[in-house]
Amino acid sequence: MAKTILHKADTRGHADHGWLHSYQSFSFAGYYNPERMNFGALRVLNDDTVDPGMGFGKHPHDNMEIISIPLEGDLEHKDSMNNVAVIKNGDIQAMSAGTGIFHSEYNFDRTSEVKFLQIWIYPNKRNVEPRYDQVSLNLNDRHNKLQQVVSPNPDDAGVWIHQDAWFHLGKFDKGVSAEYAIKKEGNGVYAFVLSGDVIINGETLNSRDALGIWDTDQFTIEAGTDAEFLLIDVPMKF
Amino acid sequence: MEKIQILVVGRHPEILATVVRLVNSNPYWNATGCLSDEEAIAAFKELDFKVVLLGGGVDGTSESLLNTHFTTIKPDIKIVQHFGGGSGLLSAEIFEALK
Repeated sequence: MAKTILHKADTRGHADHGWLHSYQSFSFAGYYNPERMNFGALRVLNDDTVDPGMGFGKHPHDNMEIISIPLEGDLEHKDSMNNVAVIKNGDIQAMSAGTGIFHSEYNFDRTSEVKFLQIWIYPNKRNVEPRYDQVSLNLNDRHNKLQQVVSPNPDDAGVWIHQDAWFHLGKFDKGVSAEYAIKKEGNGVYAFVLSGDVIINGETLNSRDALGIWDTDQFTIEAGTDAEFLLIDVPMKF
Repeated sequence: MEKIQILVVGRHPEILATVVRLVNSNPYWNATGCLSDEEAIAAFKELDFKVVLLGGGVDGTSESLLNTHFTTIKPDIKIVQHFGGGSGLLSAEIFEALK
């Protein structure tokens, strides 16, 4: 029997720094909720909106797989490995912080907000060599089907990370459904709705709601309205 | 009120300095940062630490050595692998360790 946990959008943490509005699915910075520490290897899911030209100055990370998914606008990235890049809607960025990395992230646009998801996954190996990866995806490849955007395999679709984790994005028309087979025994899926309504195991999720599901091999996801969503398939024990 | 003493061990000087600064931003906590196992072992004798954070670059051999040393001296010490490096996880990790 599948186990599930529902996280409604309005139960997330919220930080308002003026230039940054961050909705946090799990404990982060000033938001601490012992019941919301992680979902398996998924430790951070921040839903961030940054004002024009503003951003996160140079700061360090280590031992974390960090994935950024822009939803609207352009995000500028610079890091201590001399990577300089602008990621936009349709791109996905992964960074293995490993032994240590410094980076900054700014809204590249001077007139409009950037909205992006910042996702942190615990790595399956500590102290790896830091690395950075970015790919541009075809948005049509997620229309009424699941588009893989993260995997553990360098040769697979999307970016890769140091963890047995797979991410898929979907943009489904109302009434379209898909079966999702969990990628690895012991994994669970954190389904996060980006827009519209989706139904999983009879549970209706609205925009920015999430459902964690585990102890099952597969489940059905159906669009109750035109909807976009992200499926994060991660080890529950790591 | 006496501050809670937290020992932070990490191999990256700038990240260690950032973690120490962030821990010390909580007025009830005091962090001591150590780059080497030897420094950490020496520091452990000096203060009554409640939590040890093992940060980036601390390999399995060191982790095992430090775990054994610290738990022998103080069996109830909370030793936590710190992930993320001076980031948003720090406070929650410490709160969890102090529960």
